[in-house]
Amino acid sequence: MTASWRTFHNRLRFNLTQPHLVMSLLLLVLLTALVIIPFIQMLHDTAVWQEADLRITRAAKPGEWTTFHYLRVFSSRLSKNIFYRPLWHSLETSLAISFLAMTLGALMAWLLVRTDMPFRRGIAVFAVIPYVLPSYTLALAWLDFFKNERIGGATGVYQYLFGVPTPDWLAYGFVPIVITLSLHYYPFTYLLVSGALVSIDAHLEESGEVLGASRLAILRRITFPIVLPALISSFILTFSRALGTFGTPYFLGAPVRYFTLATTIFSNITNRTPAVAYISALVLILISIFIIYANQKIIGSKSFVTIAGKGFHHRLTPLGKFRYPAMFLAAALILLAVFIPLFLLVWQTLMLYPNDYSLKNLTLHFWVGKSTPALAEGESGILRNLQILGAAWNSIELSVIVALLTGMTGIFIGYAAVKGRGTWLATLVEQGSFLPYLIPSIAFGAIYLSLFTNPIGPLPSLYGSFVLVVMVCMAKNLPFSARSGISSMLQVAGELEESAMVAGASWQKRFRKIILPLTLAGSISGFVLVFIATMRELSLIILLVTPNTRTLTTMTFRYVEQGYSQFADAIIVLIVLIVVSGEFLARRLGKRETV
Amino acid sequence: MAWIEIEKVSKKFGQVTAVDRLNLAVEAGEFLTLLGPSGCGKTTVLRMIAGLEIPDEGIIRIKGETVFSSGEGIFVPPGKRGVGLVFQSYALWPHMTVFENVAFGLQVQGVNRSELETRVTTSLEYMQLRGMEKRYPAQLSGGQQQRVALARMLVARPSIFLMDEPLSNLDAKLRMEMRTEIKRLHWESKATTLYVTHDQNEALTLSTKVAVMDKGVLQQLASPKETYGRPSNLFVADFIGSPTINLIPGRVHEERGEVFFKNEFLTLPAPPEGVLVGKDLVAAIRPEDIRVTVQGERGGIPGEVYSVLPAGAEVILQVKKGSLLFNIRRMGEVPWGMGEEVYLHFPLDSILFYDRGKGTLLYPCRED
Repeated sequence: MTASWRTFHNRLRFNLTQPHLVMSLLLLVLLTALVIIPFIQMLHDTAVWQEADLRITRAAKPGEWTTFHYLRVFSSRLSKNIFYRPLWHSLETSLAISFLAMTLGALMAWLLVRTDMPFRRGIAVFAVIPYVLPSYTLALAWLDFFKNERIGGATGVYQYLFGVPTPDWLAYGFVPIVITLSLHYYPFTYLLVSGALVSIDAHLEESGEVLGASRLAILRRITFPIVLPALISSFILTFSRALGTFGTPYFLGAPVRYFTLATTIFSNITNRTPAVAYISALVLILISIFIIYANQKIIGSKSFVTIAGKGFHHRLTPLGKFRYPAMFLAAALILLAVFIPLFLLVWQTLMLYPNDYSLKNLTLHFWVGKSTPALAEGESGILRNLQILGAAWNSIELSVIVALLTGMTGIFIGYAAVKGRGTWLATLVEQGSFLPYLIPSIAFGAIYLSLFTNPIGPLPSLYGSFVLVVMVCMAKNLPFSARSGISSMLQVAGELEESAMVAGASWQKRFRKIILPLTLAGSISGFVLVFIATMRELSLIILLVTPNTRTLTTMTFRYVEQGYSQFADAIIVLIVLIVVSGEFLARRLGKRETV
Repeated sequence: MAWIEIEKVSKKFGQVTAVDRLNLAVEAGEFLTLLGPSGCGKTTVLRMIAGLEIPDEGIIRIKGETVFSSGEGIFVPPGKRGVGLVFQSYALWPHMTVFENVAFGLQVQGVNRSELETRVTTSLEYMQLRGMEKRYPAQLSGGQQQRVALARMLVARPSIFLMDEPLSNLDAKLRMEMRTEIKRLHWESKATTLYVTHDQNEALTLSTKVAVMDKGVLQQLASPKETYGRPSNLFVADFIGSPTINLIPGRVHEERGEVFFKNEFLTLPAPPEGVLVGKDLVAAIRPEDIRVTVQGERGGIPGEVYSVLPAGAEVILQVKKGSLLFNIRRMGEVPWGMGEEVYLHFPLDSILFYDRGKGTLLYPCRED
């Protein structure tokens, strides 16, 4: 045996006593199955004739290679409508949303963390809530208020109050999409920037002051540069999230044929031109990768956020005569983003006949009413409706299973990544688990659709099965749970496991008795947050659910399409109740993290 | 029989050589300290003996049994080596009570309930932890956590104790207390102990033998007394002792049958050893061995008092001569103020002579 072979051999024996190596390999297999293979399958489908293509051209030879789909998307008569215009819409809405959300979030962060504005604590409790709600909650509330005759069903409050139809530009398209999604995404900036602001030691600013700098100069020269990386990050990440979101652009854009890439992916799938959808998904993924790469490049080493140690003290900027105006501004934001929309939604569910906002029109029919042929084609109230209760059960089952599976996988990833720190295998696992982050939700759904519509080898077609929905939710939430798994594993110092090794405990024993109990404590809030994320998920699963596997979110979607806004709103209210209680539970359980 | 034997053991981390072809034997009942600056490889040696780190090359034997051999492909896992280990961080499991922490190893071995309880209670009692059984580590003081870590090691009755800087997280007062505790523990149990520290006082106080390491290489293996009094090279000389030993570069000259050590500032007595003459040398003398007088006695070297640093029972005096600055330790008080002139005396039998290039000790030679 050569020396290097012996070294390798010994290392292998050693690693078998510390099974992060084996675990890393298993995780890589899992990642390959959940992410890599579906992605490759999707690429393949874009370049191969599909059965569905026979309807479009006779030249199609299903199964053979072709550039047909690419040409159709990028350079044909249809390109403008099926690709370039939606692409432009995606970019313009995402840019406007990121900008507005960043401004609102940064302002909120500063007001709540660094000023003497009254009622800061009270407002802070609700500041993150818009982000916890399903992203299209505001879109539904918006429709309740501004809807005009263009789509079916009753018209909104606006028309009731003013007696004239809402102009289209206000009811649908760019303006409402940007406003509602900005209100949804601003907490993301708020969290990042307030984190950065909290970590600034006031001494940094005070030394500036001692040197004679004015307050404005301190804000501009010291505070702002320290917070800048967080600002840029939140802008970029909001952009990539907005790009992949489906619900809001669909509810508010489709009525005026304002399509984004995310909504064309959906309509191309339903119109049975999947290859076109896959190419759009691919473009979304590329943009997303580029954005996140840019974020890494720009921020990279520039993160000045110092970990808060002891002895930090903060001084609040006195707002003087602006104290109350600032408070009203912040309170108005919370009202607009949380309370008014929820009030509208709840009110809608209590109205027997649409468009009649008088008190005598109030009813609990859509919650608990029995089926009567006179109303909503005889559908009973949601708490009696078997379909909805079934969907609710599906939602909860899905979210619990996904939270548990993803959370456990996260712990395993954390173990493999932390124990193997510095080895290429661990690096591969760590980086690999962040891959799903690069794929926008709707594109993820499209990828899974392309892979699992047909049987693969001995595996039956998974399309329509609960397993498939679980898989996609798990894959999508993996980066988050990997991050929380790694951070909680880093807390469990290597020596804690090593002392159990010296005591002679087998690996299973070490994992069960030491590692799991210690990381679980740190992971429970992570579990709850994945539960929340899955509970409100629409973009990811809309392409994959069938009547058997439908969830509350997809039921909402169906009711909106059919124009039953009371039902849609009632279900949303139900989701909001579950999700918000989950959020407060997570807060009680542990530190705040973002999903 | 040596209870721990290390033969030509090497370990690299990437490009960095942590341990370089180390040979070391720890005899039964010995208290051997691995001493060295941080990054010298001492912790790696301990971890390789425990089985927590795998050497690239070499052989490790514990009580005659080979637990690692790169040539034969032998690797015995940590739990089967019969060693006990105390970490710098104590590594107490925060989710287990004191009792559960100590009992864990016995549970793993499948010891029955009644014996387990007796043994855990005995070892807790021994470490004066009675009444703490139900507490969690976070509810204990640093010293108590340290005791739990020791109790956890003792309860499994290992034949070898391994301790990795166990006292460095304690404050100065507790550290003194725990030193006594560890010394008594070794004296009573007679267990072979390998102790890692960067604190020379700890090494000199506790050990029967000190192994000084630097850059992965063993520099000297000797009793504490010899390590301090006759460091085998310049690294050890400079590393051991506070304030540090005085190092004076120069050469030995022979003129008219007389030999003396000389540089541009001073002349010292030198032994009539042939090996020293004509070489570039470094003369070394401990701070407490330099004698100071006011009047110019015969052979006294004049210098200026640079600073006076009283430290309770002793005083550290710094005296400047040319570009040389001497550290001198004296008990009690000194009558001299800063800036005054004093005379220094260097007794020949306290001076060590080293090869300036190789750093090796040339005189006095080993007396065995």
